[in-house]
Amino acid sequence: METILKVENLGVRFGEDQVLKNLDFSVNKGDVLAIVGPNGAGKSVLFRTLLGLLPYSGKFEWAKDLKISYIPQKLAIDRELPLSVGEFIKFKQKDKAKIINILKSVGIGAEHQNDNEHYLRHIEQHVLNQRLGWLSGGQIQRILIAWALLDNPDVLLFDEPTAGIDIGGEETIYNLLKKLHTELNLTIFLISHDLNIVYKYANNVLCVNKEMICYGIPATVLDPNSLVKLYGGEAGFYQHENHHG
Amino acid sequence: MDNSFILQLATGTLVGLGAGYVGSFMVLRRMSLVGDALSHVALPGIAVSLLLNINPFFGAFAALLLVTILIWLLERKTEIPSETLVGIMFTLSLTLGLLLTPEPELLEALFGDITQIQYLDFIITLVSVIAIFIVMKKISEKLMLGIVSKEMAQANKIPINKINFVFLFLVAVIVALGLKVVGTLLMGALVIIPAATAKNTSVNLSQYTKLSMVFGVLSAFLGLLAATYIGITPGPTIVLTAGIIFMVTLFFKRK
Repeated sequence: METILKVENLGVRFGEDQVLKNLDFSVNKGDVLAIVGPNGAGKSVLFRTLLGLLPYSGKFEWAKDLKISYIPQKLAIDRELPLSVGEFIKFKQKDKAKIINILKSVGIGAEHQNDNEHYLRHIEQHVLNQRLGWLSGGQIQRILIAWALLDNPDVLLFDEPTAGIDIGGEETIYNLLKKLHTELNLTIFLISHDLNIVYKYANNVLCVNKEMICYGIPATVLDPNSLVKLYGGEAGFYQHENHHG
Repeated sequence: MDNSFILQLATGTLVGLGAGYVGSFMVLRRMSLVGDALSHVALPGIAVSLLLNINPFFGAFAALLLVTILIWLLERKTEIPSETLVGIMFTLSLTLGLLLTPEPELLEALFGDITQIQYLDFIITLVSVIAIFIVMKKISEKLMLGIVSKEMAQANKIPINKINFVFLFLVAVIVALGLKVVGTLLMGALVIIPAATAKNTSVNLSQYTKLSMVFGVLSAFLGLLAATYIGITPGPTIVLTAGIIFMVTLFFKRK
């Protein structure tokens, strides 16, 4: 197994506030690593640190020549923002055929895919020429995934893929990630609140609450003990939150 | 039409054009108040220029640049929103400017006087607006990405702080250019209203920025014509024209 990320004794501090400490883990190529923890546990901070956006102590090392794409926590895109989906995508990719391909692969307009001409018209009118802020939460997530995939990444960092999406949409976003994981041989890091998702989709889990509580295969390491430590008290078992941490 | 009026029209429309372009991104970045307030910061700069007998553009620009740098630094260090920072700076500079500006020139500094425009002013405006266009074209996609998500932009290796600084610099340039046309008190309006108008009527970015420029140009052009025809002060007339266009577009607002 090829290791693509090695983290040793990683810590992050904002002034007096120690946000993360003692993180030790490594990620192999093709892994799906879920990062779980309560609100304010430092999960998003961990992502931003791994992207090189924050100062840190200890060390982490990505494999050479990796392309990493990042999808931040649910974007609050103003409905009034005059930016069309097409323009947003063209920031990265101007080739129409490539854009259409990517949109297909993330399941945009899936119900129109059997008729190619009809599909193109549908995409043009109802997706590319629409304001980004007019799309539903689930569609915005798909567009963001498409946007991230345009770089042909090796690694995808995904912060709360389903925050602000209704239950049905939630399931399909994860199925999409699973599909992309297999098709594109992606390594995926995802932050989630939902332990069901972790069991179902991740082969490794990292529990964080300011420090590392557990790390390993979900079925093995997510025992009652570490869950209490992670979420605090009995209530922790049933904790399903929809807001962000 | 005499030569001096053509010069006024040319300078005014150029300023309207640049204000529309820069303003479109100020509105998106929720800097409407910033624009308004920044224009007041120019007053002490103008006062000093008058006292030293140099072209007020340079004094105003120097004052604006100084405050822009301060705001940029404070924004990075403290996370206090620019609006608060600017709110403080602007009242202070207005006070200072009012005390420093010689009384005969005060009215002109506050509301502009495009009839005093010289050939040199036109040249400065022309060159600056061309420069604004070149730079804006280069940074606009990055600015937009920063508006959609600062973190995503950073993760895509966009030097967002640098881009923001360049943008604030352009804001300073356009505000300084507008002082002769509509004056310190009203320049904020000429930067913001055309953009707000365009936002009412456009779906995508390219349409939005273009319309913002069109509305900027229209306000300046029609405002100047109206002022000359009726015989009233041009500065406020230009801003009033922009306001009327805004009101009209409210009826066409996209939901």
